[in-house]
Amino acid sequence: MNYSILIHETAEVFAMRNDPAKRQALFAPIREYLQALREAGVFVGGAGLEAPATATTLSTSGSTWKVQDGPFADTKEQLAGLIIIDVPDRDHALEWARRLPMLAGRKLELRANLIPQQE
Amino acid sequence: MSGAARLAVERAARDSRSRLLAFLAARSHDVAAAEDALSEAFRSALESWPRDGVPDKPEAWLLTAARRRLIDASRHAQVHAHALPDLLAAVDEAQVVVQEQQPFPDERLKLLFVCAHPAIDAGARTPLMLQTVLGLDAARIASAFLVKPATMGQRLSRVKTKIRDAGIAFEIPHGEDLPSRLDAVLEAIYAAYGSGWDDITGADPRRRGLASEALELGALLLQLLPNEPEARGLLALMLYCESRRAARRDGEGHYVPLSEQNAACWSVPMIAQADRLLREAERAGRIGRFQLEAAIQSVHAQRACSGHTDWESLALLYEGLVRLAPTIGALVGRAAAVAQARDAHTGWQMLQQIPAEAVASYQPYWALAAHLLTQMQRGDEALVARERAIGLCEDEAMRVFLMRQK
Amino acid sequence: MNYSILIYETAADFATRNDPDPKKREAYWAVWPAYVEALKKAGVFVSGAGLQTPDTASTLRFNGDKRHVQDGPYAETKEQLGGFFIIDVPDLDAALDWAARVPRSPGRVFEVRPNLVLGNA
Repeated sequence: MNYSILIHETAEVFAMRNDPAKRQALFAPIREYLQALREAGVFVGGAGLEAPATATTLSTSGSTWKVQDGPFADTKEQLAGLIIIDVPDRDHALEWARRLPMLAGRKLELRANLIPQQE
Repeated sequence: MSGAARLAVERAARDSRSRLLAFLAARSHDVAAAEDALSEAFRSALESWPRDGVPDKPEAWLLTAARRRLIDASRHAQVHAHALPDLLAAVDEAQVVVQEQQPFPDERLKLLFVCAHPAIDAGARTPLMLQTVLGLDAARIASAFLVKPATMGQRLSRVKTKIRDAGIAFEIPHGEDLPSRLDAVLEAIYAAYGSGWDDITGADPRRRGLASEALELGALLLQLLPNEPEARGLLALMLYCESRRAARRDGEGHYVPLSEQNAACWSVPMIAQADRLLREAERAGRIGRFQLEAAIQSVHAQRACSGHTDWESLALLYEGLVRLAPTIGALVGRAAAVAQARDAHTGWQMLQQIPAEAVASYQPYWALAAHLLTQMQRGDEALVARERAIGLCEDEAMRVFLMRQK
Repeated sequence: MNYSILIYETAADFATRNDPDPKKREAYWAVWPAYVEALKKAGVFVSGAGLQTPDTASTLRFNGDKRHVQDGPYAETKEQLGGFFIIDVPDLDAALDWAARVPRSPGRVFEVRPNLVLGNA
């Protein structure tokens, strides 16, 4: 079964990416984690996302598009990345989610993926 | 003040603003600085004119306000400092002219030609026209073209800098240059006309609904170039398309294809106006792609009188269009017309001639393919083609319509 | 360049997935395969997934020392992430074009963001 681990981060954590000293500390543990996922054969896919300032939001009002600069949500934490894993059940998914490197300002959301036939 | 009256006042304000902008930009070569100088004046005109009435000399009113802002700006050395002398001189010249000439001279044709100049990035021409001639704001233009607002703002800013720094001349092309330069202006205006969600004549899918603005630009161009048959053709084309707007959706908002539209819902005055423009254009004896596209739409419009569609004429007109301007839309349109005039198989063969890469993501191609394959009893292939069309839909109503046909 | 199209759905959207009326359910599910096919045929599809409803989520927080797991939606916003597509296209304009083709419903919102280019993910 596929699960998605959604990584949400505050602006402070995003800002770490721009600091050469902090950047390594931010990405290295994630790289190791991804490597572990691959070695365990559970890694399906994923992506890191650029900072929310690079986002564009599309919504419709009636029959016209509204294109806006910036992310959709106004929340303190924004989506920073997502990882898809293939595991037998939710307990296993949670186990892997717990292994994802954490720091202050990062929150994870775990959700099962829809089964393809359903889509 | 009534809605209609208010609209009239706003139009007067926008009209005066754009005449002034064209005049000032032509002399200072700095579109951005001229826009800036006029923006405050324009804003306060929109506030006070509905209340106090449109002034006798609206440009004089705007100029006085603009001049005040320019002087202030030069004092605070704020905005476009190096453009100020040129712009101030242009404003001074305008103030002399506004006293002597009534109405204020209209140099917007020069502005339109500059917007569509070959050196201007093609993706910026229509937005630039909409902003400078009609005063639309960048965010609204961005949404209409499905572009990030910040990107649109940057694109517009870059292009105005280019006009100034590259010394693009504000003049009306003549001789051999005119036809191609004019075609670029027509294309740019047509790009503003998206029929919202439908792809009637195979226009670029990035073009999305600023229909009334496009019509306004088309009407203005014709006013400025009354002897140009292609300008007539463009306006006629847009009017024919616009005349069917009410018929495109039924009472429940479902998509209704052209062949099933209730012709009684088509706008008779718009069709009549388009017919007249097309006849006038034909008298000039200089056929062009927009006249041909309009002629195609006029054949469709005749169903309102005759009750049927003359597919033979359409096939011929499309043949002419393809020779003049072989766009993907024209090629697909021709295949559709031939399929109706002759048979599905002949239309299908024409469709097959279009290179695959060109139509990989072109929804109307796949919708037509599904239709023709169904008619040729090739159900499995039709299903695949219909799925492709569904996946490429940008119009939910169209998607629902296609899915119902499964 | 890789972009993510994030699909934010309304509570009504999520409810429609399991609507007792099979026609309504069908209307929700039937639209997706054609879009995915279109992405694949155009050669831009990298990956994608629909997500189960937010109320099925588990949230992991970190207090500097321990991880704390909670069940339930991560945020109480009106629209929640319902799915995403990752596509490979030349530029943002192309990404927005594909976002414009994602099946729509009233209130559904799309966010398009470039992906990080690193050995990161």
